Amino acid sequence: MSTLTEAPPPLAPAAPEKKPPRKRGRFTPYWLLLPGILWLLVFFALPMLYQASTSVQTGSLEQGYKVTWHFATYWDALSEYWPQFLRSVLYAAAAAVLCLLLGYPLAYLIAFRAGRWRNLIMILVIAPFFTSFLIRTLAWKTILADSGPVVSTLNTLHVLDVTNWLGWTAGDRVLATPLAVVCGLTYNFLPFMVLPLYTSLERIDGRLHEAAGDLYAKPFTTFRKVTFPLSMPGVVSGTLLTFIPAAGDYVNAELLGSTDTRMIGNVIQTQFLRILDYPTAAALSFILMAAILFMVTFYIRRSGTEDLV
Amino acid sequence: MPFVNWLKRHLVVIAGLVTLGYLLLPNVIVTVFSFNKPKGRFNYEWQQFSTDAWKDPCGVADMCGSLSLSLQIAVWATVGATVLGTMIAFALVRYRFRARGAVNSLIFLPMAMPEVVMAASLLTLFLNMGAQLGFWTILIAHIMFCLSFVVTAVKARVMSMDPRLEEAARDLYAGPVQTFVRVTLPIAAPGIAAGALLSFALSFDDFIITNFNAGSTVTFPMFVWGSAQRGTPVQINVIGTAMFLVAVLFVLFSMVVSNRRTRQKA
Amino acid sequence: MMTTDSSGDVRLSGIGKTYGSFTAVHPLDLTVPQGSFFALLGASGCGKTTTLRMIAGLEEPSSGTVHLGDQDVTHLPPYKRPVNTVFQSYALFPHLDIFENVAFGLRRRGIKSVKKQVDEMLELVQLGEQARKKPHQLSGGQQQRVAVARALINHPKVLLLDEPLGALDLKLRRQMQLELKRIQTEVGITFIHVTHDQEEAMTMADTVAVMNAGRVEQLGSPTDLYENPQTTFVANFLGTSNLIEAEVDSKTGGEIVVRAGGGKLLLPEARCSASTTTGGKVLVGVRPEKISLAHADDAGEISEARNRITGKIVDSSFIGVSTQYVVDSPACPGFEVYAQNIDRDPRLVPGAEVVLHWSPAHTFGLDAAQDIDAGVETVEEEAA
Repeated sequence: MSTLTEAPPPLAPAAPEKKPPRKRGRFTPYWLLLPGILWLLVFFALPMLYQASTSVQTGSLEQGYKVTWHFATYWDALSEYWPQFLRSVLYAAAAAVLCLLLGYPLAYLIAFRAGRWRNLIMILVIAPFFTSFLIRTLAWKTILADSGPVVSTLNTLHVLDVTNWLGWTAGDRVLATPLAVVCGLTYNFLPFMVLPLYTSLERIDGRLHEAAGDLYAKPFTTFRKVTFPLSMPGVVSGTLLTFIPAAGDYVNAELLGSTDTRMIGNVIQTQFLRILDYPTAAALSFILMAAILFMVTFYIRRSGTEDLV
Repeated sequence: MPFVNWLKRHLVVIAGLVTLGYLLLPNVIVTVFSFNKPKGRFNYEWQQFSTDAWKDPCGVADMCGSLSLSLQIAVWATVGATVLGTMIAFALVRYRFRARGAVNSLIFLPMAMPEVVMAASLLTLFLNMGAQLGFWTILIAHIMFCLSFVVTAVKARVMSMDPRLEEAARDLYAGPVQTFVRVTLPIAAPGIAAGALLSFALSFDDFIITNFNAGSTVTFPMFVWGSAQRGTPVQINVIGTAMFLVAVLFVLFSMVVSNRRTRQKA
Repeated sequence: MMTTDSSGDVRLSGIGKTYGSFTAVHPLDLTVPQGSFFALLGASGCGKTTTLRMIAGLEEPSSGTVHLGDQDVTHLPPYKRPVNTVFQSYALFPHLDIFENVAFGLRRRGIKSVKKQVDEMLELVQLGEQARKKPHQLSGGQQQRVAVARALINHPKVLLLDEPLGALDLKLRRQMQLELKRIQTEVGITFIHVTHDQEEAMTMADTVAVMNAGRVEQLGSPTDLYENPQTTFVANFLGTSNLIEAEVDSKTGGEIVVRAGGGKLLLPEARCSASTTTGGKVLVGVRPEKISLAHADDAGEISEARNRITGKIVDSSFIGVSTQYVVDSPACPGFEVYAQNIDRDPRLVPGAEVVLHWSPAHTFGLDAAQDIDAGVETVEEEAA
């Protein structure tokens, strides 16, 4: 049997990015890269540095700002705006979880159950993108209007009593409450959950489902033990693609929320565009960036998808 | 218990369709309310049916101007991002060079960054440089954040392409330029098209970065934003509905065409 | 799950499968006795895989029933059937390591302590060292053995193998054939094996069912199928046959005399599957290795009792153990003859006039109403 161990190389090696062969024209790649990379360096990386330096400046709009390594700005910003930071993380996390719960069945439906309707449903998921998201978000004002059918139904079913008690809504309204903001965030970023989920579900070999069934797994066990673990790359990228933009968003909080639902994006926007307190705004956006990078790294590590992707 | 069994078997389908409904409900509202005749300045409550707005879509001051500005910016941003992004994608897949990891991170980071952070830092740069905010700063910003998406889309396509195809072309007497034009580019085209389409949609619909870097220039999303404060004209629903329809028809049309082509080939 | 353990017979009664207007499997009856190694052989699209999937429960039959022993399992979902499958290209779970892949079925049935069983099973397929590797880290042959172990550990009544060796190269395939045969003998479970490779089916199986266009053409032991094909499809699909269109001349004492190309041939009546009447048509067949080849000059030395045909060599290829000749004769163009390279006659080169002769006992007769070329080509195309 020892001959069997000299079998041919693995059929499906974990192929990372293939190393492309070295070609003639040693400088060609650099010429190809130059304009685009320069663009990103000047208009993405350099601004980050500017912002870092702005965040430790002091001064005023009239007299100009100087770098004084005034790190206290960070402390002041954090101690003043921690509720908004916390709110952003909570709302964004809630929206990401809701997106996952709502988006998974839809992605599953498209990948495995839609048959010839697959393309049509796919179009319906993507098409709303072409109506300005601001217009669509404003439509939620109509849907969740105080006198509208949604609110009255929730009222009749006493759902609002529960959400009031939880602090998600206030009085007989949904608009201008955390629930409305989270609902808007979920709605706005849902396609960013559905699409990566669909991609990773669609890649699963159908025979794996059959094999699980053959090995005594009931349909739900098959989902729990085979389908879901194999869709983890989609789950991870979907939650990231919803959490990150939701955490920095201020449109939903502004249009559907109230002063009690202000998120960190609203604060940064106001500081920058209305109050013109550049150091504080820069510090806030730096903290947001650092926090998100930290959480994302931790999340990817924890979910252990590195060897899956 | 046949009903319970039926429900059990189709639970996923029902849940998926509920989500689809959630995704499409606002579009339905937008469409319905484009036929509304609101009482006050805001178009949030149904009053009575009217086709006034459809008859006079540009009847609101500045709206169509902002729409055309947004379209122009979207077109130029798409062109810029597609050209630059495709070049980067080719360099990444087809060549070996130093600092590959750094380039990859530089491409990835803009996609993993909240828009408000990029918007604020870019504004800091423009203010420091004393740049005049307007058309050009918006365009620069849009090319910047669309670039990464184009690179990702094109890269995926070029990577799945068999490099032996190019070798075969060269073996069959095609020079480097001919190989690129006749073989590489046609095969990469779907990836490039996807990247371009995505750029157009992202640029046209962008609000946060634009809002920071536009100065006094008003794009269509900014017009909508402003009207949310001042009063929402019915015409923005007309525009929203029209864009939705155009997009759906465009996709359906291209699907029919590609279906027919594959059927002819078969 | 099972009421009796006495019988692992698989009984298919009239099961068939249609997709819309296309009939993948015509209603067929088949009994696979317990403990046998059974092969379903046929070209792709002949319905063999569909039949297998109906036994596994992955496909609902359009008609008929599937019984395992006394139990009717026709409408049981796969996870409730005491049947396991080795899938084509294996379908190993890529997110689980080898140990967990093998333990999957046991865990689903609520068995807590799986370690001992899994270790034993991995020993059986000689993969003890690889337990903690992921499937993609193994070679094709190793993956194949994991797939077998993963199915066998559940002690199914029947193990179904769907082209289990299709993804392996030739040399490895030979080794795995012997290996699977060894395992089957060791565990004594019924194996039903789907393949398009006639050599594989003949090497491994006790009983082979040859399928064509959704029907079972013939069923029997490999020797029986090879020596006594009942249809032209079987004659051509299993090995090579020379088929001669002939006319029945007379019948005497258990032998049929037929006329073909001006000569007369003898055919034992017992080996003729078609009903024959004097003056009727019949197809006379003989395998290429049963034929002896003599130069026309030596024709006088051939015994009168043998069937003989004259012709001219048009092609010869030297294979090492044998030489394969193609001979054109008035009775049949493109006659194939395999001659052992014992004493090579230097006169037997293309262009030479020759006499082909064989024992009448090696002749078989087939119904002349069939397509004479059924089942030719397809084999080599797919075995590649």
